[in-house]
Amino acid sequence: MLDTTTPMLQVNHVVQSYRKGDNNRILVLDDVSLSMKEGEIVGLLGRSGSGKSTLLRLISGLNAPFAGDVSWYGKKVQGPEPGISMVFQTFALFPWLTVRQNVEIGLEALGIEAGERRKRAEQAIDLIGLGGFESAYPKELSGGMRQRVGFARALVVHPRLMLMDEPFSALDVLTAETLRTDIIDLWMEGQLPIKSILIVTHNIEEAVLMCDRVLIFTSNPGRVGFEMPINLPHPRDRQAPEFRDLVEEIYARMTNRQGPGAPLHIDALHHAEVTLTTHLTPISTNILAGLLEELADPPYNGKADLPELADSLHLPADELFPVAEALATLRFADLVGGDILITDAGRQFVNAEVEPRKKLFAKQLLSQVPLAAHIRKVLDERPSHKAPWSRFADELEDHMSEDFAEESLRAVVNWGRYGEVFTYDEQTRQFSLDDQD
Amino acid sequence: MLFQPAASGNVPASVRPRYFSAFDLFAFAVVFGLLAMFTHGTDQALIPISEMEKVPISLDPWSLPEYALRTTLRMLAAIVASLIFTFIYGAIAAKSRRAEMVLIPILDILQSVPVLGFLSFTVLFFMGLFPGQVLGVEFAAVFAIFTSQAWNMTFSFYQSLKTLPRDLEEVSSSFRLTGWQRFWRLEVPFSMPGLVWNTMMSMSGGWFFVVASEAITVGSTTITLPGIGAYVSTAITDRNLTAVAWSVLAMLVIILIYDQLLFRPLVAWAEKFRFETSAGGPPPKSWVLDLVKRAHLFQLVLAPIGFLMRTLGRMPLRLPVSVPKPVGEAWSSRTMDRVWMVLISLGCLYSIWLIVDFVASEVKLPEVFNVLWLGFLTLIRVAVLIFLASLVWVPIGVWIGLRPKVATAVQPLAQFLAAFPANIIFPFAVVAIVHFNADPNIWLSPLMILGTQWYILFNVIAGASAFPTDMREAAASFHIKGWHWWTKVILPGVFPYYVTGALTASGGSWNAAIVAEVASWGNTTLRADGLGSYIADATTAGDYPRITLGIAVMSLYVIAFNRTLWRPMFSFAARRLRLD
Repeated sequence: MLDTTTPMLQVNHVVQSYRKGDNNRILVLDDVSLSMKEGEIVGLLGRSGSGKSTLLRLISGLNAPFAGDVSWYGKKVQGPEPGISMVFQTFALFPWLTVRQNVEIGLEALGIEAGERRKRAEQAIDLIGLGGFESAYPKELSGGMRQRVGFARALVVHPRLMLMDEPFSALDVLTAETLRTDIIDLWMEGQLPIKSILIVTHNIEEAVLMCDRVLIFTSNPGRVGFEMPINLPHPRDRQAPEFRDLVEEIYARMTNRQGPGAPLHIDALHHAEVTLTTHLTPISTNILAGLLEELADPPYNGKADLPELADSLHLPADELFPVAEALATLRFADLVGGDILITDAGRQFVNAEVEPRKKLFAKQLLSQVPLAAHIRKVLDERPSHKAPWSRFADELEDHMSEDFAEESLRAVVNWGRYGEVFTYDEQTRQFSLDDQD
Repeated sequence: MLFQPAASGNVPASVRPRYFSAFDLFAFAVVFGLLAMFTHGTDQALIPISEMEKVPISLDPWSLPEYALRTTLRMLAAIVASLIFTFIYGAIAAKSRRAEMVLIPILDILQSVPVLGFLSFTVLFFMGLFPGQVLGVEFAAVFAIFTSQAWNMTFSFYQSLKTLPRDLEEVSSSFRLTGWQRFWRLEVPFSMPGLVWNTMMSMSGGWFFVVASEAITVGSTTITLPGIGAYVSTAITDRNLTAVAWSVLAMLVIILIYDQLLFRPLVAWAEKFRFETSAGGPPPKSWVLDLVKRAHLFQLVLAPIGFLMRTLGRMPLRLPVSVPKPVGEAWSSRTMDRVWMVLISLGCLYSIWLIVDFVASEVKLPEVFNVLWLGFLTLIRVAVLIFLASLVWVPIGVWIGLRPKVATAVQPLAQFLAAFPANIIFPFAVVAIVHFNADPNIWLSPLMILGTQWYILFNVIAGASAFPTDMREAAASFHIKGWHWWTKVILPGVFPYYVTGALTASGGSWNAAIVAEVASWGNTTLRADGLGSYIADATTAGDYPRITLGIAVMSLYVIAFNRTLWRPMFSFAARRLRLD
């Protein structure tokens, strides 16, 4: 493989934010820097909302950063670069074009004449294993085949850098694995007409499997929290102890409340403080109860390794994290160095019947989630015992994006309804106390 | 793997054996028949009006096919004009934020303005453009149909452009497609299914206007363009019920042919542009489309056109000059926004002043109040009729929609009836009213909803057909019956569909008021008090200030009705009663 030190891509102190109100801006990316050279595969690993897809769009020139800059071979990126192409999570194929027409579309924009276009499309289609499907429409293809078209389309313009935005996450496990292996094989054999790959993913194993280097992002706002080189030789074996160790470490770093870069405390318990404006993810109480029960029962008996738990529940990491974190927020469980441990409250919850469960849940909610306590307090204080959604949404939006405020309130509505702490009427968008009805 | 063999239509024509099939014979006949008809229909548009007036409208049924052809060509011309307008207006509105601020409200108002009221203005305008030529009147008629069709097509296109899938937009920009390529490769294909559907709806509304616009009296001039509408109006003057019956038959045949030859193939073809990648119900089918795909002759005729279209769409055309960055930034700055707002407000004030000045030259304030009162009378008629039509058609629609077999048989009929221009049947009603000596204030009213009630029916049928089976089964297993079943189960289920249907019906009824509140049979003229008859009388008298006042008041009523009743119902349906 190439191992030059040509700086290909340079991202310098990029800040991305969007306007909220007149003088308020919500940060999506905060001071992100990275550089890429030819011949490497770099992974951007992070949870949803960490701005990694946003970063990808800045690099490709689809959007412009609020501050900082992106440079491509020393030249500032000002619009979509011809040397960079992208593979999309949703495939993004034109349903009204055949496989060949979809692949050719990038060449059409370059004004390449029909004969040459057809030849190059044919090569890309054959390379990626789509031969024979040229005249099929995307509707007729399975997900895996559709994403192959996405790859062929990105390769046919012979880019230097291929950006991949979670290219395998919309595929089922088996299909994703096949396609991933094919891509790695083609890359290792030097058959891909590209110099480097930048892949965004939330799948930890995928990152360890493919990348030479992984950047772990923090959420809200997105920052590069930690950089890890992956020095395993290809082909990599998922079951090898070194592989497992790396996966384990990344899990620990991603659930580390001090941030992925902080030292991993295996013994001491650390609880990042939950404040009024901490972002909450709406997780159904059924899922919370389900995970707690799974955790309390054998074989875990109250303590589980997160990668193992994710495997046995068939949950991808980025779906497990928010659930685990919601449990930690409510203090039903603790997250320590990539492990999840049930608390006393958690055990009581698992052993209780329906009504006591609700009481216990209400108690934890009011004592551990300041937003819930705040809403309850406002309702108690008002003579009407009613308050509109917007009252709290406005308050939160001073500190977070509209979407995050909405999510946090949704989470609290859901939990508050379950714990019967207050009720919420969607029709009038009003919170009220239960007994007021 | 989920791969399924490609349909036969996707096999390139070159690999098929070339032989002459029976399909080709048919195709040959159709192609050249259409060409001959087209030439015959158009060459008469270029003669002077004086020539045309020498040949009066003949009530001989055998002249009907020719009249039908002329009418149909007018419809086609209007559709083409609407399509071009849609592409330009919709694209500008969707791409320029500032243009959007002006263009979309205008479109919204144009949608609610009673088109028939315009007729007198446009006839005058186009006759001025081509003095003494039939062409001017033809243009006026085509324009009238155009105004009844273009707005909802444009809205549909604009909305499609506003809801382009983000990933496809990103693909287009990251591969640096030019604006031209983007338009033909992404924007037009994406909006195709909605556009075809709306064109079809427009078309069914258009028959009504073509009939109304072929025989029109403005002040001292009466213009009759050879066509079905003129035929009907002559039959009315001559009190010839048989001729009216013949024209009804001719209309039925035309609509049927149009539907089978043009729209069914279009809808079936547009299916390929549908964005959802998973298949919903059974795809629409069309025997004509199958025929076109099977007949080599059609392929031969169509292939060069298709090739030309594709090549054109692929050409990397871009603007010859690129706007320098500082200019672009200054242009999109907030200061320019304010300047723009001021300009719009000034233009708006000036137009209002123009209208008021024009109307006030002739009309005094008490008359304005009177017109408002007349508008209220028409409003009552529309509201009562929609209510009555709902009472009748919602239960029937639900009954039909829940029985798939009946629904597949009845649904095309309901759509067909919605397309049928009810003004052709008015004479029968008028004869009946005269015969029974009934009160026109009451009995002319049902004519307003005669043609539009079907929108309620076929939308409710569609809603009931789409109602999930598991919810019906749940209702049945819990023994939910009678009143409870209607209010808790099925009515909320069909409500979103009903609102769409009722909105279309009410809009159509306002328009129909202009032709329904005054109806004549020979020398007998029946008149109901209302805004419709006010506008109709003013048109006959060529009294422009009163026409303007009448249209303005009717537009106000329609807009107020839409904003206070239909829009809240729409958002309620979208918020609470969605089934997904």
